[in-house]
Amino acid sequence: MESVIQIQTVTKSFGQNAVLKGINLECTRGESLVIIGRSGCGKSVLLKHVNGLMHPDSGMVQVFDRDLATIKGRELNEVRKKIGMLFQSAALLDSLTVAENVGLGLSEGWQHSRAEIEDIVEEKLELVGMAGTGELFPASLSGGMRKRVGLARAIASNPEILLYDEPTTGLDPITADLINDLINNLRKKLDITSISVTHDMTAAYKTADRIVMLYDGVIEYEGTPQQIKNSGNAVVDQFINGRADGPIQVT
Amino acid sequence: MGNGLLLIGRRAINFIARLGSTCILLGKSLYYLKDAPRSLKLIADQCFLIGNKSIPLIVITSIFVGAVSAWQAAYQFKFIGAPLRYLGAAVGKAVVIELAPVLTALVVAGRVGAGIAAEVGTMRVTEQIDALDSMGISPIRYLVMPRFLASTVMIPILTIFSNFVAISGALLVSILFVDISSETFLLGVKNSFQLSDMLAGLTKSAVFGAIIGIVGSHEGFFAGGGARGVGRATTEAVVIAAVLILISDYLIAILMFRL
Repeated sequence: MESVIQIQTVTKSFGQNAVLKGINLECTRGESLVIIGRSGCGKSVLLKHVNGLMHPDSGMVQVFDRDLATIKGRELNEVRKKIGMLFQSAALLDSLTVAENVGLGLSEGWQHSRAEIEDIVEEKLELVGMAGTGELFPASLSGGMRKRVGLARAIASNPEILLYDEPTTGLDPITADLINDLINNLRKKLDITSISVTHDMTAAYKTADRIVMLYDGVIEYEGTPQQIKNSGNAVVDQFINGRADGPIQVT
Repeated sequence: MGNGLLLIGRRAINFIARLGSTCILLGKSLYYLKDAPRSLKLIADQCFLIGNKSIPLIVITSIFVGAVSAWQAAYQFKFIGAPLRYLGAAVGKAVVIELAPVLTALVVAGRVGAGIAAEVGTMRVTEQIDALDSMGISPIRYLVMPRFLASTVMIPILTIFSNFVAISGALLVSILFVDISSETFLLGVKNSFQLSDMLAGLTKSAVFGAIIGIVGSHEGFFAGGGARGVGRATTEAVVIAAVLILISDYLIAILMFRL
């Protein structure tokens, strides 16, 4: 299978705090990779390296064979347009309506007519089950609705890669399951490569082809959902079973 | 002693770094002016917010600035025995050259500069700026350039408006309390009026507008640390803009008004 994302010996520190200590990871076309780990372990930091929102202190991140650290401006934006991202809080622009948010990347790309953008927005909102909400403002939406609109925005430019930052965090179990179904459906319909970071194991088992556990700045374990469940790794077991006692120091 | 020097040194380095980063943001905003024709809606929205919504505040402050200038000038004229027929000339000149540009800028820095820093800062801490980046939209083109341009254009327009309101305030005080006729006052304003003074005042305003727009955007753009960080950015935007407005006012005066 063709590798579309290569992360090679990536390190990242914030001041004295070393968050990533040499991460190596590959993602093949069409794969659904889920990164798990405790809050603050660097999952979101790693995810933001994939679309160039952050750059590594050392090591390399290649997407579609382009080293993101060596490209800037228009070149970087061209790569970013092939990568959609759903942010943890959806990150919808408060001053824009739902429809304007979903169509923002298209309207600011200056390549589509207004009518084309309206059609695309309508289609994407329907795909995430939010048809008819285009005129609403983000402030009037629930958390689950915001995530779905964020997802519609992320897929508006037909990306080849989708990044999900904690897609189910803060949602009730039913809405979380709805989002998980949506992620799986989108993958089937649009044949998208995806990386999701989460600490919700239900979501991880439901959406992953492969699960990677990040612990103490390195990859502690990787495998299929079944392999993760039967890993025999004390760190993985403690995390997936949600126990306070174990090798992971709870601070 | 050593610690004190270290602290001063660190603050000086931080200040220079901040100034440098503001200049870089200014340079990038100037670069993105090339996209202004395609961003007219964003610019027009900012012009409305900065210009139209500041009018009530400008009316109130300018009318009192004009009134107090006329009162104080009349008081000093009486003290030195100068003829009151020159009151219009003195007040008109002071308003056009100095009072309207500086006070409009300071008042707008409080309203608009703080507003820009709070809005952009909130967008930073809620990942809205990251979202723009992730869609391949430059946040500097989308957020900073329109605010910078609108502020640079609208502050001079507000200053022209402030000139009229302030002189009207001065006229009212002169007629009601100083006992000179409106004809005498306005003749003084007219005779002392020079287009070069007005242009100098408006040039200052444009510089002040640029300072308000870029400082507000910069403080918001690099805000961090949640609500407290946004609050700090908002306060700093107003303080830094006010200080820079007064410093640049002096520097422009040296350049434009040779003694």
